[in-house]
Amino acid sequence: MKSKILLQATMPLLLAILFAFVAAAQEADQYRQAREQLVRAIEADVRATSLYLDKEQLNPRVLDAMRKVPRHEFVPQEQLSAAYENRPLPIGYGQTISQPYIVAIMTDLLKLDADDRVLEVGTGSAYQAAILAELVDRVYSVEIIEPLGVQAGKRLQRLEYANVQTRVGDGYYGWEEQAPFDAIIVTAASSHIPPPLLKQLKPGGRMIIPVGSRFLAQQLVLITKDQDERSITQQIMPVRFVPLTGTH
Amino acid sequence: MTDHSDRTLRYSIALVSGAALAYEILLMRLFSIIQWHHFAYMIISLTLLGYGASGTFLALGWGKRWMRFRFAYPLHLTLFGLSAILCYGIAQRIPFNPQELLWNPGQWLNLLLVYLLLVLPFFFAANGIGLALAHYTKQIGRIYAADLMGAGLGSIGVVLLLFGVFPDTALRIIALLGIGAAALGCLALRLKPRRWLAPLIVAAGLPLLLPHSWTDPAISPYKGLSQTLRVPGARIIEQHSSPLGLVSIVASPVTPLRHAPGLSLNAVSEPPAQLGLFTDADGMTVITRWQGDRSELAYLDMMTSALPYHLHPAGDVLILGAGPGAEVLQARYHQARSIDAVELNPQIVRLIQRSYAEFAGNIYHDERTWVHVKDARGFLAGSARRYDLIQMALLDSFGASSAGLYALSENYLYTVEALQTYLRHLNPDGYLAMTRWIGMPPRDNLKLFATAVAALKRSGLDHPERQLALIRGWQTGTLIVKNGSFTNKEIAALKKFSRERSFDTAYYPGIEETEVNRFNRMQRPYFYRAAQALLAGNRAADFLQQYKFNLQPATDDRPYFSHFFKWEALAEILALRGQGGTSLLESGYLVLIATLAQAILASIILILLPLWFIRSRAGESRQAVSRWRVFVYFMALGLAFLFIEIAFIQKFILFLHHPLYALTIVLSALLIFSGLGSAYSQRLQTILGNHRTLIGAVLGLTGISLIYLVSLGPLFQASMGLPDRVRIAIAIVLVAPVGFFMGIPFPLALSVLGRQAPSLIPWAWGINGCASVVSAILATLFAIQFGFNALVLLALALYGVAALSFPDNRGEQIRRKEA
Repeated sequence: MKSKILLQATMPLLLAILFAFVAAAQEADQYRQAREQLVRAIEADVRATSLYLDKEQLNPRVLDAMRKVPRHEFVPQEQLSAAYENRPLPIGYGQTISQPYIVAIMTDLLKLDADDRVLEVGTGSAYQAAILAELVDRVYSVEIIEPLGVQAGKRLQRLEYANVQTRVGDGYYGWEEQAPFDAIIVTAASSHIPPPLLKQLKPGGRMIIPVGSRFLAQQLVLITKDQDERSITQQIMPVRFVPLTGTH
Repeated sequence: MTDHSDRTLRYSIALVSGAALAYEILLMRLFSIIQWHHFAYMIISLTLLGYGASGTFLALGWGKRWMRFRFAYPLHLTLFGLSAILCYGIAQRIPFNPQELLWNPGQWLNLLLVYLLLVLPFFFAANGIGLALAHYTKQIGRIYAADLMGAGLGSIGVVLLLFGVFPDTALRIIALLGIGAAALGCLALRLKPRRWLAPLIVAAGLPLLLPHSWTDPAISPYKGLSQTLRVPGARIIEQHSSPLGLVSIVASPVTPLRHAPGLSLNAVSEPPAQLGLFTDADGMTVITRWQGDRSELAYLDMMTSALPYHLHPAGDVLILGAGPGAEVLQARYHQARSIDAVELNPQIVRLIQRSYAEFAGNIYHDERTWVHVKDARGFLAGSARRYDLIQMALLDSFGASSAGLYALSENYLYTVEALQTYLRHLNPDGYLAMTRWIGMPPRDNLKLFATAVAALKRSGLDHPERQLALIRGWQTGTLIVKNGSFTNKEIAALKKFSRERSFDTAYYPGIEETEVNRFNRMQRPYFYRAAQALLAGNRAADFLQQYKFNLQPATDDRPYFSHFFKWEALAEILALRGQGGTSLLESGYLVLIATLAQAILASIILILLPLWFIRSRAGESRQAVSRWRVFVYFMALGLAFLFIEIAFIQKFILFLHHPLYALTIVLSALLIFSGLGSAYSQRLQTILGNHRTLIGAVLGLTGISLIYLVSLGPLFQASMGLPDRVRIAIAIVLVAPVGFFMGIPFPLALSVLGRQAPSLIPWAWGINGCASVVSAILATLFAIQFGFNALVLLALALYGVAALSFPDNRGEQIRRKEA
């Protein structure tokens, strides 16, 4: 009799827990589906821009990382509904979280190996850092805007990205103590490529810089350093557009 | 009404009209600060729809009690004053971000809200003037004259005001002027002071007491200034405002600014301490600290713009667009013999000469350096000096440049005629060096190359291929035009300079394809191939046609250097929208098209349709005046008036050496003399009759304009070197007759309507308002395509159309008699 009463009393609670569990599972599933769709959209864009990327598809590891990282955790509450749209979103402080397609091709262009060390200048929401963290051994990320940097650090901790180390400060001099790096990604605005950053790039390493406004990347500048420490830049337009056709 | 109160009423109209025009110019200024220039243009041109909407409103309210003049006139003027400040305050709180328009539909709603808010002040001002025109049908000429003269004075007044106060203070003053105009109206109407004095004093309290947080410009967080101020410790240390722009000086003691665009990847040194200098919160340039140690400036030798100094030892250098002095420092680093630095903005020069003279190493006080506050073309027109090097600085910011934001701005620095002028000022074997940003896909540098080829050919030089050289880094490209053929020694020096800095050579006489695209690789050697094609005579035309951006050289008649848009490429670009293709859109031009489409649509829906259905009032014969004639006449006038206005402002820019002087002097002279024409029209009408007066005015205008089209060029050429004051006087004398004739047609027809169909007056007012909005946008589109001369001809044709469709019942009467 007692157990019946107990059961009656706890039934609503149990049901509530069950509902919450089901709802969370549904939500997780919903987000997973949204990510899958996003990856498909990126794949389609890559095929369309294959001429400039010199490849038909991105490294599957990069796409897997895009499938895994919960972008909705990196956008402000008011942007939640647009989290899986393939577009940049404002994150406050005049900064944005980049368009997933651009994140994917920038990451791909770095040609990362699992044991690489990567430096990121401009943590922002830390979405890019999380993508990198899925692919390499260690990620170091510097952000100059303090509240953003602090927020990003906490977020990465909460999402258990233990292999990312963040710091608030000036990214011009890179991260001397952790240098050299196999790859560097610079998303913070700079009028030129900081010489100290180039120094911290290993021979054979790659650096990528998106150039343009906060909402539109006009071009990606890829810098490769050869074994003789000479740097070559490559200007990549992330769209399929040939300014001149015909005889040329 | 007595003569005295008549006059007071006209003062009141002049005041509100002046305040409304001043408000328009001020909003342009404010929105250029908080947003970007071309969106300012879009917003402001549409808010003028308030004038059109006022026509509808007045027609709807015709004869209603609440439209009684004595009540409605002061009320609407007061509402203008109040809304001028309140609507702006609310509008700038709306989180409108133009950069998100293509991604986020919610931003369209924000844009719409901004429009709706800013339409209101113009709507109220136009109601006041429209009410007066409809009420005093026998004095239309004089009232319209007061309106035009007020506007003319307003346009000068606001420019002068902006030299003295910050834009937010000007906003308060304009609001007070609106309320002042209402008070004058009350006096003119002899209303009892106890009925209006207290409410107006309360109303005046708003602009006086509104907190600064409402009126201080809320700058977009995505503009350069806002972004820099996010850096810890960065702060504004000084700010100056003038009609030329808001200049902000930023110190960043914790994290140095390190501004060195185009710096070679091989550079090892970093720039010394710098202060950021922002104009309208964007486009950072820097004041660099220098204490005389040349080695501190070594980084300036690691830029593409340093090339000419390596081809030949620096002699006499002219720097166009010197700004806070980066190129002057570069010339100093290379030990130039003498430096003439030309800068348009006196505020920037003052800052370097006074407040930051010591910080900047007294570069503008040096015995070898002469600073000239002038427009580049104007300076050269008045100078006979020749130089070994003319260096054109990087004049605009990369972001705005690559997004096509300058597509609508006229630029007389990069036209074929401009380059010819520069070449004439070079010593034998001297260089003209021009540095531009490298955008992707390549545009600026290639167009400049095409312009240089055209300028050399037009100057009678048959071998441009021997006189050109182009190098590029990943960020900037420098084109050199030599006054003579490049020697082997120079070419060797060019190659060495480029190799040492990892810059690519894109063109020099005798270049091979194997030598290009090595350090800063592009998908294809675009620069090299474009240069080859542009120099290949018969192949050049094919190349220009095939290239997906417009690389046709700009000319003084079509001075749109940054207009790269080609309609043929639009479909392809739009198809790429989702894949980042939006970066290819020349947003400035498309914004213009979008604005035109919106203006036409809004005009039809909000103004013309409702007006068309408004029935004639009892007592007026429906046949009295043909509505079609009224429509065509006032539409043609509205379009033509602004076409002429805009074309003449452009024509005088080169002559008056400054866009701002041209705008202020030409606009105000045109309006004031139009006012005189309008005031005089009544007398002419009595003596000559309507038709003869109209035909006389149109013929007079046509004759003078045609003479000007032919003779202004040589006249300007001959008088370019005269002192400022004399040139301003000449400009006013030249503009005066044009303005006078332009002022006649509008009041002439309006007074006919006043006699025969007064209820159509608001309609005519509304049509004219709409036409003016469409006209301003159409004028720019037309000039981009066909040039300013063609725009004047189009305006004259429209005046002809107006003359043929003069809206009175004479034609009807003749037809009836014949029947």
